[in-house]
Amino acid sequence: MIRIRRDGADDLLLEGGRIAAAVPPSGAPETVVDARGLLVVPGLIDMHVHLREPGREDQETIATGAAAAAAGGFTSVAAMANSGIPCDTAVGVVYVLARAREAGLANVFPVGAVSKGLRGEELAELGRMAEAGAVAFSDDGRPVMNSELMRRALEYSKMLGKPILSHCEDAGLTRGALMNEGRVAAELGLRGWPAEAEAILAARDVYLAALTGGHVHIQHVSARETVEIVRRAKKMGIRVTAEATPHHLTLTEECLRGYESRYKVNPPLRSKADVEAVVEGVADGTIDAIATDHAPHTVEEKEQELAACPSGVVGLETALGVLLSVRGIPRERLIDALTAAPARILGLSAKGRLEPGADADVTVIDPRAVWTVDPSKFRSRGRSTPFEGMTLTGRALRVFVGGRECS
Amino acid sequence: MALDAFLASRCRAWTHRHLLGMKDLSREEILLVLSLAEECASLPGDIPLLRGCRLFNFFVEPSTRTKTSFSLAARRLGAEVIDFSPSTSSLAKGEGLKDTARTIESMGVTFTVIRHGASGAPWFLSRLVGSSVINAGDGSHEHPTQALLDLLTMKKRLGRVSGLKVALVGDIAHSRVARSNLWALQKLGNEVTLVGPPTLVPRDLGAPVTWDFDRALREHDVIMMLRLQTERMQGGLFPSTAEYIRFFGLTRERLGLLRPGAILMHPGPMIRGLEISSEAADSDRSVILHQVANGVLVRMAVLLLLSRAAR
Repeated sequence: MIRIRRDGADDLLLEGGRIAAAVPPSGAPETVVDARGLLVVPGLIDMHVHLREPGREDQETIATGAAAAAAGGFTSVAAMANSGIPCDTAVGVVYVLARAREAGLANVFPVGAVSKGLRGEELAELGRMAEAGAVAFSDDGRPVMNSELMRRALEYSKMLGKPILSHCEDAGLTRGALMNEGRVAAELGLRGWPAEAEAILAARDVYLAALTGGHVHIQHVSARETVEIVRRAKKMGIRVTAEATPHHLTLTEECLRGYESRYKVNPPLRSKADVEAVVEGVADGTIDAIATDHAPHTVEEKEQELAACPSGVVGLETALGVLLSVRGIPRERLIDALTAAPARILGLSAKGRLEPGADADVTVIDPRAVWTVDPSKFRSRGRSTPFEGMTLTGRALRVFVGGRECS
Repeated sequence: MALDAFLASRCRAWTHRHLLGMKDLSREEILLVLSLAEECASLPGDIPLLRGCRLFNFFVEPSTRTKTSFSLAARRLGAEVIDFSPSTSSLAKGEGLKDTARTIESMGVTFTVIRHGASGAPWFLSRLVGSSVINAGDGSHEHPTQALLDLLTMKKRLGRVSGLKVALVGDIAHSRVARSNLWALQKLGNEVTLVGPPTLVPRDLGAPVTWDFDRALREHDVIMMLRLQTERMQGGLFPSTAEYIRFFGLTRERLGLLRPGAILMHPGPMIRGLEISSEAADSDRSVILHQVANGVLVRMAVLLLLSRAAR
């Protein structure tokens, strides 16, 4: 048994993989963790990561990704389906779960593809993937441009009780785009990705959710217009949820001025007004969850000129420190967006809370720890982060998954 | 000697080791390059101030005049020139920019002149090499020596480089010449208007936009025509070349609209019969060949200034 002493509440007892009802100290052998003066929260959940395995183990493996998660305070992650070999069948789901079990670190929940081969043409076997353990479906990385397919996915997944996670990007508007469309892109001579390309698909998805009664989840919201669309849809009672990334909550398109690949992400970093709207969206709960879109690439891929390098940065090991410095989001809402909210969206009913009977996933945070981001120390195989060299305050000190401490 | 004295007295203020874009230069620095270029024009012959230096012409995109112009400028100053052509080089074998850069560096190069299809490539390169990097055109971003030679041409023909009304006409969206000229001209206190169809003119470049070409022709001192960069376009930005010529081609008929004393420029290469007619290109209003000649002079000035800052 593990006993975590904490401020302002009874000791937290972890036993048999679950949180036990509070009992006074007994004679039984127990490990005592003194977390007084620290923040004890439900294990963090990142509902949007790319672990690349199977197929692109040079970029990341399930084991290195799960290690990076634990190092960053995340006890659970949802792995997107666009690995080297796409996860579009039950076989892929089982593989991910098996590799995650071998690694024995953070929990890895597979997300199955919406369409066969992520081709956006016909539905993948959503039902069999759900049976095998997929928690949601997404063609993330590629938008589902075919509205009919999206409609069928939302309709069909209702039966399975799983959300469709949507990467909103009207692909016709973003061909060859390298950064946000606007003044900075015009000055830098880089093709722009207009915020409207996100808003247009988000609006479509909201209408399709209304039409079908399905649950659509808008991934990595980056634009003010999208926040507005989600806010209105929720008011209308449509089943829509949303997430935002730490980088879209903190950085703007101005970062691109040096043409550095560590700022190339998709959707792109946007304007100050967009960042403020996304922060406000998280603060008022319009955007339910915060997820990193952890997207590791090899050093060789990223150390190229902007036009040639792939989009995406790692996020698992920096998210907490970055987020604790964001102003405008109350601490409780921030933790909710990293725990209870993603658990609710993904239907992980035993996670995201510290109540008796819940899974014994716990993160102990030192909110005052000052540290400098050094990618060479990452557990992830990815090294490219826009936060490289930054000094952050706050990091995960101890992480318990299923009652076992990850070190 | 006059040039030595000029360099000693006036060029101490220059601190840039690389020439990446006009955005980075102040008004004073731009005027200094132009003055030094005019000093170079008065030289009786070659002057070996850069003997022992090597200039590497690293042109990943094709070029005729810019590459030749840099070579001539370097040779007139006594520097050695090494040319690079992508089709016969290791780039064709899949070598990345990083390793090509490192390789060049190990050959003991003083100046790396880079032209590249990706906007920002010279910035990437300047972080990797110790030599002075000169941007000879990066994607749709900047082409600083082109702007400098255009300014020198205006100065010589119109007697000034401030208080002018300049129209940049055509494919602004994909043009590095447009951006470099726009920023340089604005810094020197000129009024710049962008002219072209809305699909080829970004709204947010910080200059007024018009699609009334005929009116622009009547109202400007300098008309700078730009080539349609079809190689950078992704389909469907205008319906047909015939329609483009109808609205934005500098035809023989339109030549008559120019105000007295106005000049006609084009950075080249021209597509005769498309954005500019032969009658216009070869008319007495055209200063296109002067632009080419002035290119060698501003590039000599740039090499001299960068070599001093690198020391």
